[in-house]
Amino acid sequence: MNFLSLIGSVVLAFLGHIGRLTIFTATALSHCVRPPIYPRLIGRQMIDIGYYSLPVVGLTAIFSGMVLALQSYTGFARFAAGSENAVANVVVVSLTRELGPVLAGLMVAGRIGASMAAEIGTMRVTEQLDALTTLSTNPFKYLVVPRLIAGLLMLPLLVLIADIIGVFGGFVVSVYKLGFNPAAYITNSYDFMKPLDVISGLVKAGVFGFIIALMGCYSGYYSKGGAQGVGAATTNAVVSSSILILTFNYIITELFFGT
Amino acid sequence: MSATAQNQASKIRLRDVHKSFGAKKVLAGIDLDIAKGESVVVIGGSGTGKSVLIKCIIGILLADSGLIQVDGQDVAQVEANARDAVNRKFGMLFQGGALFDSLPVWENVAFGLMQRERMSRAHAKERAVETLAKVGLNADVGELSPSELSGGMQKRVGLARAIAGEPEIVFFDEPTTGLDPIMADVINDLIISVVKQQGITALSITHDMHSARKIGDRITMLYEGKLIWDGAAKEVDRSGNPFVDQFVHGNAEGPIKMQVRR
Repeated sequence: MNFLSLIGSVVLAFLGHIGRLTIFTATALSHCVRPPIYPRLIGRQMIDIGYYSLPVVGLTAIFSGMVLALQSYTGFARFAAGSENAVANVVVVSLTRELGPVLAGLMVAGRIGASMAAEIGTMRVTEQLDALTTLSTNPFKYLVVPRLIAGLLMLPLLVLIADIIGVFGGFVVSVYKLGFNPAAYITNSYDFMKPLDVISGLVKAGVFGFIIALMGCYSGYYSKGGAQGVGAATTNAVVSSSILILTFNYIITELFFGT
Repeated sequence: MSATAQNQASKIRLRDVHKSFGAKKVLAGIDLDIAKGESVVVIGGSGTGKSVLIKCIIGILLADSGLIQVDGQDVAQVEANARDAVNRKFGMLFQGGALFDSLPVWENVAFGLMQRERMSRAHAKERAVETLAKVGLNADVGELSPSELSGGMQKRVGLARAIAGEPEIVFFDEPTTGLDPIMADVINDLIISVVKQQGITALSITHDMHSARKIGDRITMLYEGKLIWDGAAKEVDRSGNPFVDQFVHGNAEGPIKMQVRR
């Protein structure tokens, strides 16, 4: 009986969590389309999410592209001679469809999601959110909406740059280490890549950006207690947004490329 | 209720207000009237629901039942778009200051002016500097970050933020907690001067009896979710109520039993 009640309480807590997240998301979205909007805060968040994430996303992309080229080359060499020509195709398709958005999403979740949860969580436990309310400022409009909009807009931009850097990383390894013809590599990449590859990656990036900001804000907004509560909120933000990124990655892939 | 409060229309009126968190009843039928320009202090032990009472009036928390009126308007029934007009009447000094640490001091003070009244940054900064002067801080402090201020200075900035929008009602949540006795008295004097100068209605919560006697026209005591005593501040030392007596004198022995795990 105790075991059953334990399962019941876990299920109820989970459903309560889902319900609260749904209401939080709906409230945030409704505030996105109602004035006042704070362009200054949106700009600040765009710089924080986009510009300051560029080094970490760029480094992740370039090494991913380099490793992908090297692994593809050595992997294909086991099957047939000459199949190395497919390296350019594998690099460009893998990066634009999958690795670019997913790796950028996970890296930004670690950097930005955690930071959002920590900042808003600290504001919660130090009554700064209550202070906003007493100053006639809706915390959703002032804190959540700018982060959601900035996440939604900046992740696609970051992923576009990550795609270019990643393909460049694959090019460098292929040409300077594996001895490929540079012109042939570029032609192969360009010819094989379809607009849908890039578009699907950018759509994923937009969704991931929204998820990262949403989970960061949600975890911080409902944090409790002191430093421990803020720490838990930070962990929750990163873990939940990472899981959601991987889940939605499959769903969007299925929508674009599912048979 | 005091004669003053009875004779004038209440600025704040609470009737049978209840608030629970799960099985824990925090407010169990609060009745309170505060007249315009009156300063009322709610005393009571830690965790008795004093902050919850203020948060229910401001609308940060929603009371489970009962009536909360400000100027005759039921604040629980106010539409979301009219909430702003009600909030304009309020200012609040939070226990820990609750200053926005991402903003400099002057922007903290001017925050309500810029957000609520759409004042330009330059004009709002002028007003912030004037308000900082009222609480004894010079313009240089305005450029500092809240983390660079001492506890007493943070309270002063919090007070400046609370009064910058010239509110009709100011709530003081433990205004002297964590301060040394001299700084606590400075804060008390500042509260008295701004409240009296601007004719503000004030509701304070504290367990600092020196502060309660000094800033309150009236004192009321919250115990187990109810206001068990209400009288003039000067009467608090001869209330005749054993709960109030124990609290005022800080005796461990008496009708109030602290739950101490041994």
